[in-house]
Amino acid sequence: MASTFRPLLLQAQLTASISLRALRRNQLRSGLTALGIIIGIASVISLVAVGNGARADIEEQVATLGENLLTVFAGNMRSGGVSGGLGSASSLTIEDAGAIVREVPDVLAVSPESSSTAQAVANGRNWSTSVVGESSEYLLIRDWKLVSGTMFTDRDVSSAAKVALIGSKTALELFGPLDPVGQSVRIRNIPFTITGVLVSKGAALGQNQDDRLIIPYTTAMKRLTGERYLRSINVRVTRAERMTTAQQQITSLLRQRHGLAPERSDDFGIFNQQEIADTVGSITVIITLLLGAIAGISLLVGGIGIMNIMLVSVTERTREIGIRMAVGAQPAAISFQFLIEAIILSVLGGSAGVLLGIGIAKLLELALNFKAIISIGSILLAFGVSFSIGVFFGFYPARKAAALNPIEALRYE
Amino acid sequence: MSAAAEIPVVQLRAVSKTYVAGEVEVKAVCAIDAEIVHGEFVAIVGASGSGKSTLMNILGCLDKPSSGEYRLDGVRVSALDRRQLAVVRNEKIGFVFQGFNLLSRMTALENVELPLLYSTQPSRARTRHQRAGEALRRVDLGSRLGHTPSQLSGGQQQRVAIARALVNNPEVLLADEPTGNLDSHTSAEIMGLFRELNRCGTTVIMITHEPDIAGYSGRILTMLDGRILSDVINAAPQLTATQRSSGTG
Repeated sequence: MASTFRPLLLQAQLTASISLRALRRNQLRSGLTALGIIIGIASVISLVAVGNGARADIEEQVATLGENLLTVFAGNMRSGGVSGGLGSASSLTIEDAGAIVREVPDVLAVSPESSSTAQAVANGRNWSTSVVGESSEYLLIRDWKLVSGTMFTDRDVSSAAKVALIGSKTALELFGPLDPVGQSVRIRNIPFTITGVLVSKGAALGQNQDDRLIIPYTTAMKRLTGERYLRSINVRVTRAERMTTAQQQITSLLRQRHGLAPERSDDFGIFNQQEIADTVGSITVIITLLLGAIAGISLLVGGIGIMNIMLVSVTERTREIGIRMAVGAQPAAISFQFLIEAIILSVLGGSAGVLLGIGIAKLLELALNFKAIISIGSILLAFGVSFSIGVFFGFYPARKAAALNPIEALRYE
Repeated sequence: MSAAAEIPVVQLRAVSKTYVAGEVEVKAVCAIDAEIVHGEFVAIVGASGSGKSTLMNILGCLDKPSSGEYRLDGVRVSALDRRQLAVVRNEKIGFVFQGFNLLSRMTALENVELPLLYSTQPSRARTRHQRAGEALRRVDLGSRLGHTPSQLSGGQQQRVAIARALVNNPEVLLADEPTGNLDSHTSAEIMGLFRELNRCGTTVIMITHEPDIAGYSGRILTMLDGRILSDVINAAPQLTATQRSSGTG
C-alpha cells in the first residue's frame, strides 16, 4: 500500500510545483483571472456576514421586548369612513384584562396599558415623553429591571397613587447626572414621585424604549387621560410553545365577552412579537439569498474566466506540452497539471476573496449600526465552492491539453 | 562489445504509415524492414518528403505505424496505447531535436530533470538534481547548471538537450537534424559528442539531409519515397575534431 502511495504523492507534489511556477510566471494574468472568483467570494462572505448580523440584531431587539409577550390591542374604530387605527376603539376594559389572567391557563400575568404623550417638568427642565400606565407586574412581563429604586406596588395601583418609574433617557434629559429616585416630576401639573429608574433597553423595532415614564394604569386613566377603556393589554405567556394556543384562547374569550356574533370580525387585535420577528427574519433570509444568488452568478462568470484563460494557456504552451509528452509525460500527468493550475488559481482567488469579504464586512459595520457576523460555515463553503469551480472549469482545458498529438504539439510555433 | 552487438534494439517489419489528406492517401513510409543493433550509430538520410521524419516519429514512439510491426528492445511497441507509449518514451528513448526544444523559463538543470519528473518511479529532488547534474557534466556543461536557454549558445543549448535525452539512460538516442540550427564548427562539436557517447555504448539514430553530417555515423540508411533505397556500412567515418587534432599531434 505504502509503496504505491508514495510515488503518487511525490508525483502530485511535483505537479503542484510545476503548476505554481507556471502561475507565478504570469502573475498579472493570474491575478486578473482570479479577480472574478475574488469578487464573487468576497461578495458572498460580506453579504452573508451582514445578513447574519442584521438577523441577529433583530432577534436581539425582539428579545429586549420580553419573551413570550402578546399584546392585545383595542380594535380599529371607524366613524364616517375615518379609520382611527389600532387601539382607537373603546372595546378593551380592565375587566377584560382580569378575565384573561383568570381564565386562560397559559397566561402568567397581564398589564393593562393606557398611554399618552405629555410634557414632564422636573428640576427646572421640561421634556415631552410618553407616559404609560401599567400594572405592578409590568416589569415581570417585559423582563425589565431597575437600575435603582423600586417598582410601584399593587396598592399603588388600586389607590391610583401618583408614583412613576423613569426611563434612562428621560432621566438624563430631566435630571442629568442626579439620581431621580425620590424626586418629583410634574405631569400635566400633577406631581408624581419617582420610585425607580429603568435599565436602558435601547430602541426596538423603531421605538426608543428608554424615553418614557411608567405609572400605575389606574392613575393614568383617572388622572391623566380620563379614559374608561384600555388601548392595549400586555400578556405574558408561560412558554414559547404555548403562544399560539394562548393567542387562540384569548381571542375566543374576548369575542365571547364582547358578545360578537360568529359572522362579525374581531374588535381587537393580538400582536405576537415573535411572529413579527420571524417575519422580519425571513425577509432578511430572502434578501440574503437573493444577494447570494447574484454573488453566485459572479462566481460562475469568474469560473468561465478561469476556463478561458486556461484554454489560452493550453494553446500558448502547446509546444511545452509537446516537449513534456516527448520526454514521457503521461496524458494524465499533463491534464493533472492544468487541472491543478486551475484549482490553485481559483482556491487562491477564493482565499483572497475571503480576506476581502471580511474586510468589506468590517467596513460595512462602520456604516451600519450592527455587527456583521462572519461565519466559519460561509468561509468553508467559499473554499469548497472555489475548489469546485477550479475542478469544473479546469476540466475541459486540461482534457484538451492531454488530448494533443505530441508530433503536432512539437511542431507548433 | 561484439556479444552486445548481437541484440537488436530496433526491429522494423513491413512498417508502413499512411496519411489521409482529404481524399488522397499519402504513403509516407512504405513497408520498411530494418534492424538496428545495440551500440550502432545509424544515420537516416534523404531529401525532404522522403519519409525520414515519419520514420523517426515511429521509431520515437510519438506515432504508431498504420501496419507492420515495430519492436523496441524486444517490446512490440506498435501494439501499445498512448499511456504505455509515454512510458516507453520516458524509459527507452532520448530525443534530440533540430530546434533544441528546451523549456525557456527553466534552467539547464531543470530542463534535464524533466524526464525524471515523469518517471514511473519518481525520485526525490536531491536524486534528480544529482542525476541531471551528472548528465550535464557528460556533455561538458557542468558549469552552466543554473543558466536558462537564452543565456546559452546554440551549441550549448543542444548539449543541454542531449543531456536531457541521456538522463534516463535510454536504449536509443534519437536525433532529428541535430545540427540543422548550428554553424559548421558547432555542428562538428556536437557530432563529436555523439561519437563519444556512441563509443561509450549509446545507440544513436540520427536523421539528417547533410551528407557530411551523415559521414560521422557508422551506417547510412538512405530513404526515397518512403522506402529504404540503400543501407551501407560507413567503413571510414569522418574524423572528429579531437581525433583530427590527436592524429596530427
